[in-house]
Amino acid sequence: MDARSISHFIASTHQVFETMLSLPVTPGKPSACCTVPSFQSDVSGVIGMTGDVLGMVVLSFPLSTARGVLKAFTGTDIDPNSPDFSDAVGELVNMISGAAKARFEGLSVSISCPSVIIGPGHRVQQVSDATCIVIPFECSAGKFAVEVAMRKAERAVGTKAA
Amino acid sequence: MKVMLIDDSKTMRNIQRNILAQAGHTDIEEACDGQDALSKVSAFAPELLLVDWNMPNMDGLSFVKAYRAAGGKSSIIMVTTEAEKTRVIEAIRAGVNNYLVKPFAPDLLLTRIQETLARAKAA
Repeated sequence: MDARSISHFIASTHQVFETMLSLPVTPGKPSACCTVPSFQSDVSGVIGMTGDVLGMVVLSFPLSTARGVLKAFTGTDIDPNSPDFSDAVGELVNMISGAAKARFEGLSVSISCPSVIIGPGHRVQQVSDATCIVIPFECSAGKFAVEVAMRKAERAVGTKAA
Repeated sequence: MKVMLIDDSKTMRNIQRNILAQAGHTDIEEACDGQDALSKVSAFAPELLLVDWNMPNMDGLSFVKAYRAAGGKSSIIMVTTEAEKTRVIEAIRAGVNNYLVKPFAPDLLLTRIQETLARAKAA
């Protein structure tokens, strides 16, 4: 995964948090997914990517950060056991992934409907044959991360992004 | 004005509902996918439909095609994360009247609605 692809996800995360949540975010230094995270992942939204690019995007939070972020997003403090909680996390990762894929000029990429995992200290295992990068972020609600694993699909080999 | 919100995310429907309420539009029906919308749209008879693209069971583009094929004439705004030009063109060809990419600022949704209704009135 090149620096340009990573920048697409940083930009899309900025865009979603600042436009829909009025919550400025500060990105940290991207690193390989095998790096030990600086926080416990309790809530993750997952989206698959298909088409010219194969992979997935994972938006992960500690529970306290997720509650704060969703309060900024929806205007209410949502119970993590409520279906509305996972719905809101799913919509966030959907918008981040959608805004990022729109920046992949010259590549046709489709995204799946989101899935949400809730459980203390879980780990989402990315597909093994894809380059995986974790981008840490910080906002007033706390730390969170966007993990991206992607590789070009076989039929897209040789396709050059415009 | 009667407005139908078609999105699989309840969160997004609530956000749109709140924005519309602030602008005085409270006669709202919701649907969670294209199939659900098709089952409700005739009885509710909305003047405006806000339609997401990516939804389970029946996506927004298929809904728009089915609605127009059945003679539905109301204005449709596609509200979606699908931002590529080819997607916008595909949606317009299917019968969408206006297009708004998520994420969006509340003012932008209201601007798109005003634009769309003004065009429909002028037509």
